Amino acid sequence: MNALKLDRRTWFVIVLLAALAVLPLVAIATDNDYQIAQFRRILIFAIAAVSLDLILGYGGMVSLGHAAFFGVGAYIVAILNWHAAREVPLFGMMLGTHNVLVTWTAAAMLSGALACLIGLVSLRTSGIYFIMITLAFAQMVYFFFVSLRAYGGDDGLRFPGDTVVLGVIDTENDVAFYYLVFGILCAVLYATRRLVNSRFGLVVQGCRENERRMKALGFATFRYKLACFTLAGALAGFAGALFAANESYISPSIMHWTRSGDLIVMVVLGGMGTLIGPVVGAVAFLFLEKTLPDYTEHWMVVFGPILLLLVLFARRGIFGWFLPKEDRHGGGH
Amino acid sequence: MAAAIEQATLLAVDGLVKRFGGLLATDNVSLGIREGEIHAIIGPNGAGKTTLIAQLAGEILPNAGTIRFAGTDVTGLTVDARARLGIARSYQITQIFKGFTALDNVAMAVQAQDGHNFRTWAPARADENLRKPAAAILERVGLGARADVRAVNLAHGEQRQLEIAMALATRPRLLLLDEPMAGMGKDESERMTALLAKLKGEETILLIEHDMDVVFALADRISVLVYGRVIATGRPDEIRANADVRAAYLGDGDA
Repeated sequence: MNALKLDRRTWFVIVLLAALAVLPLVAIATDNDYQIAQFRRILIFAIAAVSLDLILGYGGMVSLGHAAFFGVGAYIVAILNWHAAREVPLFGMMLGTHNVLVTWTAAAMLSGALACLIGLVSLRTSGIYFIMITLAFAQMVYFFFVSLRAYGGDDGLRFPGDTVVLGVIDTENDVAFYYLVFGILCAVLYATRRLVNSRFGLVVQGCRENERRMKALGFATFRYKLACFTLAGALAGFAGALFAANESYISPSIMHWTRSGDLIVMVVLGGMGTLIGPVVGAVAFLFLEKTLPDYTEHWMVVFGPILLLLVLFARRGIFGWFLPKEDRHGGGH
Repeated sequence: MAAAIEQATLLAVDGLVKRFGGLLATDNVSLGIREGEIHAIIGPNGAGKTTLIAQLAGEILPNAGTIRFAGTDVTGLTVDARARLGIARSYQITQIFKGFTALDNVAMAVQAQDGHNFRTWAPARADENLRKPAAAILERVGLGARADVRAVNLAHGEQRQLEIAMALATRPRLLLLDEPMAGMGKDESERMTALLAKLKGEETILLIEHDMDVVFALADRISVLVYGRVIATGRPDEIRANADVRAAYLGDGDA
């Protein structure tokens, strides 16, 4: 019986990933090629949602500022590309670059560094204070980019988007770029799965379950939470880098606090404390956000109650229905 | 004689003072816990027992006084630093990982002692270095058959046994047990008493407990705390015979 239930979960994951894998082919076959960029965006937000779930679902840290890391990653790619296209020196010495090995790595590393700095301060608090302080930091970052006139300020920044990844995949090629993002998502899912089941992953989950007990066992909990927060920030920044490459245009609105809220909704909707959950949540959220307005302009009135019902009756979100009964509430795997 | 006792003292508390506003919760407490003994602290409600244990564990910092553990001054150290030196504890309200299985709970405690906590790739639940010792300790406290049950689904008494298993798994030099029988039924209490009796002589234990039968049966020495002050320390028979203790706590006459 246990094996049967486990199959249910595994089947769901296989079907979901297979559906995502054939999506662009279906789009082409049905003359909907123009939607592939939209599908890529879903996968990119799925990566961002997975990164948020590392701290939210596994670490128990409710951050309302995760979009800031996503946005900073996107801006770093945009700014480096913009400089390279215009041949304007950055900081008076180096030129920008189109090379994704540089831009995407820089996006992840700098977002991670920012997360580390914000975490150093925020993680000294918990509960509602942590929510508010991460929100405050994220809004500071948001307003910093709003006032950054050189890079478009409020209007955002447009830059040439023809990036060639490792000399093979041209981001102008819709389908190739889709499979690159899909491959990255699968790699992220595999790596985060190893992570949450490792010694480090269990320590982080122990902090969520009972931080007092962790300290009494001898764990210096702060450093593990900070490492997790930093890692999640770096991964969000990496997702932001993919987003910038996907859009060729970004504006500060992508790091507005409501975007952080959207990411939380994706995680909760799909299934907090699971890794597939955020992917499901991103797909469902962006799909509803796209289709509900076709029926009514007051689509939020419909979307709100759906969310409320899910939180009330399925604490593990949509993916929770496919989990063994004892895994549906709390705990973590 | 004095030198011999000094040598055997694992935890030495000297002149400890803790004030909460106008309330003197710990009033110039000096205590010595000897290696290998069960040292009970008794006293009426509000005597400051839990405040004292919280200062020993590092959750509350004293206003004055020193705490030396195995020759090291730990007065200013954090909870986790003291835990790494070998002070483990259980709480009056059980502190466990409710969403984890019993075995995962203890394995986490083993991991605290084993280290390598920044390993991010190898699956920890398949790690024999964590699972084997954890299973052995569950067996030792009598929860061997409950290893795969989630802690939240364990009975109250079993959760308390689990908490002690976790404390033992860190291979502590000193166990601080804050009312291990609190809220337990008769059967559960008896099982816990049997477990503590088994640990007697193997572990050094500081025990806070309200059940006097248990205290007098298990403790090598007893300290009596009243209004934050230690009014007497001695062997059970000495405490029973002590006039101050009888007046303040045990009730005069028929004790």
